[in-house]
Amino acid sequence: MTDVAILGELAYWQQTGIRVGVGLAAVLLVAGTLVYVHLFKLVSFMQSRLGPMEAGPFGSLQLLAEVGKFLQKEDIFPRKADRFVFAAAPFVVLMSTFLLVVVVPGGPDAWFINSELGIYLAMAVSSVSVIGILMAGWGSASKYSLLGGLRATGQLIAYELPLILAVMGVVIQAETMNMQGIVQAQADGEIFGWGGIGNPYILTQFVAFVIFMIAMQAELTQTPFDMPIAESELVTGYMTEYSGMRFLLFFIGEFATAGVFSAIASVLFLGGWWAPIPGLGFDDNVWNLLGPLVLVTKVVVLTFIIFWARFSLPRFREDQLQQLAWKVLIPLSLANIVVTAVLKIVF
Amino acid sequence: MTAISDREQLGYIAAQAADARVNVEIETEGMTLNIGPQHPATHGTLRIVARLDGEQVIAADPIMGYMHRGYEKLAEVRTYPQVTTLINRIDWVGSFANEVPFILAAEKLMDVEAPPRAAWIRTILFEMSRIANISLFLGDMGLQVGAVTPAFFAFRDREHVLNQIEAATGGRFHPNFDRIGGLKDDLPAGWIAETKRAMKKIRSFCDEIEGLLQGNEIFEARCRGIGVIPADVGLSYGLSGANIRASGVNWDTRRDNPCGLVHSELDWKVWTHPDGDSFARFWVRLQEVRESTKMVDQLCDGLPSGPVMAKVPRIIKVPAGEAYVETENPLGVMGYYVVSKGDLTPYRVKIRSASFNNISITPWLLKGVYVPDIVTILGSLYFILGDIDR
Repeated sequence: MTDVAILGELAYWQQTGIRVGVGLAAVLLVAGTLVYVHLFKLVSFMQSRLGPMEAGPFGSLQLLAEVGKFLQKEDIFPRKADRFVFAAAPFVVLMSTFLLVVVVPGGPDAWFINSELGIYLAMAVSSVSVIGILMAGWGSASKYSLLGGLRATGQLIAYELPLILAVMGVVIQAETMNMQGIVQAQADGEIFGWGGIGNPYILTQFVAFVIFMIAMQAELTQTPFDMPIAESELVTGYMTEYSGMRFLLFFIGEFATAGVFSAIASVLFLGGWWAPIPGLGFDDNVWNLLGPLVLVTKVVVLTFIIFWARFSLPRFREDQLQQLAWKVLIPLSLANIVVTAVLKIVF
Repeated sequence: MTAISDREQLGYIAAQAADARVNVEIETEGMTLNIGPQHPATHGTLRIVARLDGEQVIAADPIMGYMHRGYEKLAEVRTYPQVTTLINRIDWVGSFANEVPFILAAEKLMDVEAPPRAAWIRTILFEMSRIANISLFLGDMGLQVGAVTPAFFAFRDREHVLNQIEAATGGRFHPNFDRIGGLKDDLPAGWIAETKRAMKKIRSFCDEIEGLLQGNEIFEARCRGIGVIPADVGLSYGLSGANIRASGVNWDTRRDNPCGLVHSELDWKVWTHPDGDSFARFWVRLQEVRESTKMVDQLCDGLPSGPVMAKVPRIIKVPAGEAYVETENPLGVMGYYVVSKGDLTPYRVKIRSASFNNISITPWLLKGVYVPDIVTILGSLYFILGDIDR
């Protein structure tokens, strides 16, 4: 894959500008869609509510109203807060989201960077959000926030491991860490000689998929792993002292990260932007338009699972969730790697 | 020169010794976490001061009184019919049940007995306020351990019961319907059929809650073995209601000491659970709601006809004397000790409310648990702040 043809003729700053714009759109539009479809409508349906009805058709403009509300609110700093750390924390959290989206390909030529270490980079930058959360917990000068921040740190570090180990199985099978390469490997793959739908790794790497989804849920601090937020005991954990725009950033970060992680999961396990449409080659230019839509569809499906679990399960206590990570998920993912490696050599 | 080096030497040794001491025993300072009075977990203004070592609770003290409204004192300057307006607001999610023991105590002093129909309707409303109260608990228990959806289901289905209470009494939360010698009014037409429909909905709500929470591994992990109250400890702290029945004590005032209400004429069962943990308290309450719906069905079927008001003077003067009546309210045993000097107003009213005793066990119970377990235990003990502070 060469550099994007249209972009090749532009100056560097123009290319960067376009990439930043598209990246913002990719993160924020998807996050907005998820908030509306899942948080507003789907959950309301699950809980026998109507959800927003008044703002716009079917309440679809409610999100804009909410954003407007948050922007109007006062940006409160606690008196004893570490002002710089407190102010910077939401941006650090959101930064890791934007760094994550960089590696996700949306089509044969529609990508931000096409690094050979794609998934490696993604796993590395996803841990940056821990720093932001710890900053928020510490900077708030509140005991609830501190407890929440510490819980989040312990949890995120513990679940980073199964997340990475689950990815290893896919990497072994695809023989590449390049995200584009993983998509291609699934598109070119065959199930016992039948290549009709390629070989999405959810079939061969199902264990890894389940581990990835569970670890992802924990990385996103969604119920049942929302101990760091735990609104019934820690008010809202590390977000307790935030208000206005900074709270909004955390809120967007939560959903945007859910979207971006789901995008990575769909690249790893569901074939990414590729879909088995007869008559379309892998490098066909149509994919640059169609691919992002296919990817968003898969993202919506995966986030549906995330929110389904979030709104029907109680939450773990943090010692229980550590046990789940260290005693169940990590041994299981190590076993998965061994089995995958052995089968890779055998076949 | 030598003196200085000696001093340096000494300082060095002292530093070494200090380091050694730190290495031997690292003493970390505990943190005091102030939960409440404004906190989502306490559903009201209860304050808990917890000394924490990391996430573990070393000591926890409940501090109450932020919502004290002085009802016992206020009752002394109000006539007997006026008192029910106040005591409605003690346990505000099952308010009709608050009026019953006071009215019964006043009736006992006046030596009046409500006609049978009034007693039956009283029992119906009494049990319906139990359903309204405990169905809130069933949703709230899920909320305390992190599941949001049961709370919405609870509020949705509780509405059916509240609608019926409103249809009968005119008051949704504060019926103020009980009178000395009977009830304010008879039931409206069509009320019985509608109530039975509501009971069916509540039963399906119980099944739904059971499907959502009971048997869920996370819920069981969060509740089983958490906050175990042995029967003798529970009794010594004066626990009552479902909290003590969950510890295996088969004690229900409705069955053992029925006064004025007609529970003895019904076919029902007192549920107990041997474990005494948070899950047992949840489970016993779930069964109690089901049992109450069955009771209401039976009561609706066997409702006798007749007047709903006995002959009482228009201006109620209670003869001198004292009476104590307690009933099995949704939160536990609730009693009123009424002393009369023959005036229009009671001389003294002492309210024994269940939640006050139920949370008195918290310092004992919260010792050594983790912070997340605080909310599980508080949620499973189930108190209403108005019932604590009065």
